[in-house]
Amino acid sequence: MSTSTAEPASKVELPASAGGGGEIPSFDITLRVRRYNPEVSEEAHWDDFTLTMYGTDRVLDALHKVKWEHDGSLSFRRSCAHGICGSDAMRINGRNRLACKTLLKDLDTSKPITVEPIKGLPVEKDLIVDMEPFFQSYREVMPFLIPGGHEPTKERLQTIEDRARFDDTTKCILCAACTSSCPVFWTDGQYFGPAAIVNAHRFIFDSRDDAGDMRLEILNDKEGVWRCRTTFNCSEACPRGIQITQAIAEVKQAILSRNI
Amino acid sequence: MSTIQAPRSGNSRIALQYRRTSGSKGNFEMLAWLFMRLSGVVLVVLIFGHLFVNLMVGQGIHAIDFGFVAGKWADPFWQFWDLAMLWLAFLHGTNGVRTIINDYAEKTATRRALKTLLYAATVVVVILGTLVIFTFDPCPVLNGQLMDGSPSFCPAP
Repeated sequence: MSTSTAEPASKVELPASAGGGGEIPSFDITLRVRRYNPEVSEEAHWDDFTLTMYGTDRVLDALHKVKWEHDGSLSFRRSCAHGICGSDAMRINGRNRLACKTLLKDLDTSKPITVEPIKGLPVEKDLIVDMEPFFQSYREVMPFLIPGGHEPTKERLQTIEDRARFDDTTKCILCAACTSSCPVFWTDGQYFGPAAIVNAHRFIFDSRDDAGDMRLEILNDKEGVWRCRTTFNCSEACPRGIQITQAIAEVKQAILSRNI
Repeated sequence: MSTIQAPRSGNSRIALQYRRTSGSKGNFEMLAWLFMRLSGVVLVVLIFGHLFVNLMVGQGIHAIDFGFVAGKWADPFWQFWDLAMLWLAFLHGTNGVRTIINDYAEKTATRRALKTLLYAATVVVVILGTLVIFTFDPCPVLNGQLMDGSPSFCPAP
């Protein structure tokens, strides 16, 4: 809950007067977007767009500007545009980020800003990938409460400590930034991936849930947690700041202590 | 009336490379993971002990020769030490290369071929090394005579 990260240093010189309700400073950027349209060509290519953007704009605003004013055929997903729905995960300057949470002023605007679809999942068009393999892994860990014993007549109570145990992994928005940043997943699409393990962790360590053993058994698979090489790409990519590698390590430990 | 299948339903629209070939029940991957950690810790002790005794104790590096190794292997303690080092280092290394092959080989056939090669090499080296440690004889005798080239410290038979 208290993992607020420090605001990144602005890479664009913004005058000190900005933010006082006055005029918002603008600057020019080059947006280099990976384009792919299987109806036209099997080959993907890069398209450059030069745009005048403002100090308050995000990468998503630049994509909107392209789609609305330059090239309407540009395709990307976005819903809420405020970092909650997890639709617009993409590779921005080689790192998995949410386009709606990445301010242009925090990127190096002297060079083109590259925007690509997330890696490891089949690209359908431009920045849109097929998320189905990702969601299939998510479904397989049974991401729902499976309580044991009699159904209580009132709500299932939990201590503050028990709730805090899995608080970090409740923050996942299923944007796939972690799974598609994982080098193991790039070469082995059968790997469950960080997101599925995070969402299993959320229930395995929930004191109200009784199916932890089933989930641990599922993740003890050869494509399960043991495939993790602790490269920390997922923790670095997560837009919600979830300590994913730590969560995976906790699941590993739970499987170990259950079996030994 | 025919019903139209719900969009994106069923497993069939997930590309083959993402479909999990389940069936590998058991704890092999878990035990392999655990072995890497435990053997790593033990190897640190074994290897640094080995280096310290060979390079630092007494005359250190200047004392190492055929006789020095022969002397060490006359002692069951060092036989066991070197045997443990050989087995753990090789299984640790083999398991590491196995995971690398699993990570980077994309075709099943490539993966299988590389792993077969790896396991064959491991078996040969581990068996050969074990035989050397236990059958090592610095003063081989042939027809009642010391063999040519035997070290000078060997007693006459």
